[in-house]
Amino acid sequence: MAEKTLTRMDLSEAVFREVGLSRNESAQLVESVLGHMSDALASGDSVKISSFGTFSVRSKSARIGRNPKTGEEVPIHPRRVLTFRPSHLMKERVAEGNKT
Amino acid sequence: MIRSELIQKIADENPHLYQRDVERIVNTIFEEIISAMARGDRVELRGFGAFSVKKRDARVGRNPRTGESVPVEEKHVPFFKTGKLLRDRLNEE
Repeated sequence: MAEKTLTRMDLSEAVFREVGLSRNESAQLVESVLGHMSDALASGDSVKISSFGTFSVRSKSARIGRNPKTGEEVPIHPRRVLTFRPSHLMKERVAEGNKT
Repeated sequence: MIRSELIQKIADENPHLYQRDVERIVNTIFEEIISAMARGDRVELRGFGAFSVKKRDARVGRNPRTGESVPVEEKHVPFFKTGKLLRDRLNEE
């Protein structure tokens, strides 16, 4: 089971096979889906896709970090990070599919 | 934003498509990502992020109520890493 990496191209190919659209339009639709999800997240909204998972934006407060190499203290500014919580279904399918 | 709102946005932008086709398109994208991970594959969407599978080794767990030791088998879990572009967009003023 050699693991491979899929890209946008593979997703648009799947859309192309599923619906009777051109490859070009399929690619644009994949792009719009990712674009709308990104826009929602950038505006601080969470994105909840049932039976897939939930993307949510969390705020982290400022803290003092340390450069592990030099030991030097560096301030880490408050920032927003994205977390993804997979749905039960996704967890189950990934666990099942990769069982050895 | 939930799945139906995402579908609605795409449908509004593409008046020439039937609503049910837009639903199929959106569902196909998410389904494709899950089946890739179920095969152990990665899905890398530049600018957005990457979905991958991480292996969790077998370990000895504990029943928090009784304190009893229980063997936990090795398992694989989904993982998402945010892409650089999206990470930067989250922190724009």
